[in-house]
Amino acid sequence: MCRLAAITSSKYFSPMENILALETMKEGHDGSGLGLTLKDLGGEFKDLKKYPILSGICSRKGKEILDDYMKECGFKLMHEWTPKIKPVKGIIRRDYYFARVYDYPDDWKDKSDREKEDLLMNTRLTLRKMGEADESIFVFSFYPDIVTIKEVGDPLELAEFFGLDKDNLEAKIIFAQGRQNTNYQIYLYACHPFFIQGYCTMTNGENTAFVPIREFLMSRGFPGYVGYNSDSEVFCHILHYSVRQLGFPLTYYKDIITPLKWEEIQQRPDREALSLLKMSLRPLCIDGPNMVIGFTPDGTCFMVQDAKKLRPGVVGGVKGKYALMSELCGLDKVIPERDKSKDIYPMKYDMVIVSPGAKEVKVWNQLQV
Amino acid sequence: MEPATGLRLDFNHKLTLKEFPYIIRWREDRCKRCGQCTAVCPQGAIRPAVKYVRVIESGGDTPKPRPVRRIIHVIEQVNDIEHYCTGCAICSLVCPNNAIEPEYNPQNKFLFYKNRGGEGYKRGGRRNDPGVSTLDRLKFTRISMLTDPALDAGRHEFRVRSYIGRILPPEELPLKVEDGRLVVDKSSGKFIPPVREIFPIMIGSMSIGALSPTMWEGLAMGVAYLNEVEGIPVVMCSGEGGFPPRLLKSRYVKYFILQIASGYFGWDSIIHTLPYMTEDPAAIEIKYGQGAKPGDGGLLMAPKVIKLIAEIRGVPQFVDLPSPPTHQTKYSIEESVMKMIQSMSMAFGFRVPVYPKISGTRTAKAVLNNLARNPYAAALCIDGEDGGTGAAYNVSLDKMGHPIASNIRECYLDLVKQGKQNELPLIAAGGIGKKGNLAANAAALIMLGASAVAVGKYIMQATADCLGDEYNRCNICNTGKCPRGITTQDPKLYRRLDPDKVAERLVEVFKAADVELRKIFAPMGRSTELPIGMSDGLSIDDKAMAERLEISYAC
Repeated sequence: MCRLAAITSSKYFSPMENILALETMKEGHDGSGLGLTLKDLGGEFKDLKKYPILSGICSRKGKEILDDYMKECGFKLMHEWTPKIKPVKGIIRRDYYFARVYDYPDDWKDKSDREKEDLLMNTRLTLRKMGEADESIFVFSFYPDIVTIKEVGDPLELAEFFGLDKDNLEAKIIFAQGRQNTNYQIYLYACHPFFIQGYCTMTNGENTAFVPIREFLMSRGFPGYVGYNSDSEVFCHILHYSVRQLGFPLTYYKDIITPLKWEEIQQRPDREALSLLKMSLRPLCIDGPNMVIGFTPDGTCFMVQDAKKLRPGVVGGVKGKYALMSELCGLDKVIPERDKSKDIYPMKYDMVIVSPGAKEVKVWNQLQV
Repeated sequence: MEPATGLRLDFNHKLTLKEFPYIIRWREDRCKRCGQCTAVCPQGAIRPAVKYVRVIESGGDTPKPRPVRRIIHVIEQVNDIEHYCTGCAICSLVCPNNAIEPEYNPQNKFLFYKNRGGEGYKRGGRRNDPGVSTLDRLKFTRISMLTDPALDAGRHEFRVRSYIGRILPPEELPLKVEDGRLVVDKSSGKFIPPVREIFPIMIGSMSIGALSPTMWEGLAMGVAYLNEVEGIPVVMCSGEGGFPPRLLKSRYVKYFILQIASGYFGWDSIIHTLPYMTEDPAAIEIKYGQGAKPGDGGLLMAPKVIKLIAEIRGVPQFVDLPSPPTHQTKYSIEESVMKMIQSMSMAFGFRVPVYPKISGTRTAKAVLNNLARNPYAAALCIDGEDGGTGAAYNVSLDKMGHPIASNIRECYLDLVKQGKQNELPLIAAGGIGKKGNLAANAAALIMLGASAVAVGKYIMQATADCLGDEYNRCNICNTGKCPRGITTQDPKLYRRLDPDKVAERLVEVFKAADVELRKIFAPMGRSTELPIGMSDGLSIDDKAMAERLEISYAC
């Protein structure tokens, strides 16, 4: 199983908190990789919130290609963050890790947010395609106020490798995953968390319904639904599809991936709409075993389980700081001072939602009337 | 001119028994000459005969062999091609002493002689293909183990259900958000097509008329029991030929799919009963083709058109009822598909899913794409070459048609390309359960992309002990002399079939299939929805087949 550590806070904090939480959860995990997604950035990115940040890894040759392409598109480099790499035994160093802040091309500045989002995504996809064959370019996200770091190796060693303990990298929402995809080939694009246009998820488990879900998403005609080097990437895209593309409130994400039975639907006031969803989105139903943690563009974080609840997951914290973890020991490490009796272990019908700014946590239940 | 041979018989044009597909093995020593076998033989292939024989006997105080001439009674097989033994083995069933049985003769030259009078040989049943079908070669190889623990077929909740009817894509649902909840936007005026939830195995089209009253009654009772007592929503297609008006007006009609084919038999009475119907039928199937005899129409021959059938179909008694291979008034796909579907939808107030059934063919994709553009088309049923039939030319049965596996897969992948794989359900038929593996074949087709499967012959074999098999055994559905009483309107024959037993077996068949489907889906990790298109679950031991079906190769 993967180790998952998500923290949302009203104050900036360092990704080391997540990594130490992953470390406490190490027992029984193979620790084959690390993925970090940071949202609502502090530190050196604090004053650059409006501008998109391209996160990725390049070879020397890839860097040149990337520079040329971004220039050609009209993106202006405003700021660049690169980790101060400290060689660690067992971690193969790649040429160039980066999070680059760009200004939009001149003719895009007045466009709507949605159009800008599409531009950013398409640019990321083109870069991905350009560097995929020879692995010269890996790009994980290109979006304002988001930084993503991924590498193969033990999370704690990788933190040392990237110098995260010394760097002033910090954010208010940080998702960390402590394992590479081990069901398939180990590959950077298969590493969680997955991000698309402000929506991010990471998952514990294996998605048995992967193939029909992938086929359904890819056939939607949206250019961003590609990749799928991991069967968990679809969870992120289902979130994006249901909330951004279809305009459904977040709770319907749960109704889509784990639909209620017909007799249960009858209890809901929105039964008519729900019945249509159950049939129309039938291919997106998951059977698990999965636990999904995600965030949406407004900074809402959530945790859901598949209908059989075969994977662990716990949410807890204090006002202003909540953690969504795959295991309790991770939560104890991050927020030991919380009231443990209020820890939430979401069950099959539950969706735990932490509001933006970690102000409050609530459990929304599918059978809620 | 007088025969040159005078009194000598001319044997030149007689067939030897070696040329027949079955040779009767009769054991003189066991036979007590009761005559039951000859009385029961539907083909008249055996007859009682007397022979004048010369035997050598010895007896008395000083035994001395001497010839004796004696008349003996025997059972003999006729060597007239019109009365060939079909191998149905009904004679064995009635024989009290196990004195008689048909034996398959692989050296037979039957087809050389059966096409007589310039007329091709006709039979019922299914094509003669004793080989292993593609469906039976497919294996389920994606078994959940450790990274994704298998589900427990006995303990987890399973929902083995599918939909029939057009499903609106999520982008087109008339929904709006109100107070953080989704509500149906009634003001949009958007048509929401009717959809039924069904068990993914349905009973394929077999008409009242083709089936005997007892067989049809048994099936209908079984279906009602499955729905109302067992809670398994099995639906059954009526086939062409109408429906008893009393049943049309009853609440049970909701478990039946009414078929309209090119002969339109029975539709007059269905349309007239419309205002008095208390429930809608499950769906309307428009038949354009049949997998067993693609490009052929149907035929209910005169002897089967008894009073009851004549009344339901609205025709005189004892006349041949041929359905042409096409809908005679419609000569383009737009007309056939669009007009037919729309008018049938309208007749039932747009509350009933209407879908066409076609033969498996390389042109299936063209039909599919036409349907995909028609918002009233509810599904597409594709019937593969292994389907059965009541009457067809042997050449059509054996040599025409497209196997279902690659046809359904191709169509599904075509829908995937268009993003309509959930919108337009595919129903696969033809050869499911041919070797008895009903659930496995159904599951394989579902994983290849079918939303549901339709079975006919398996149901007959399992519920009424149909005698037909891939070696041509019996397959005389076309003669009206079905020895089991399944496809006959002769009371002497159909009284052999107990409808209660048929219903009982039908329930057992579906309950067992339900359990077996769970046993397949559970290790695949699928329980809440059908694994439609879960092609990563399948493998086959042939590289070319794997490539064609876009699944993995395993050996």
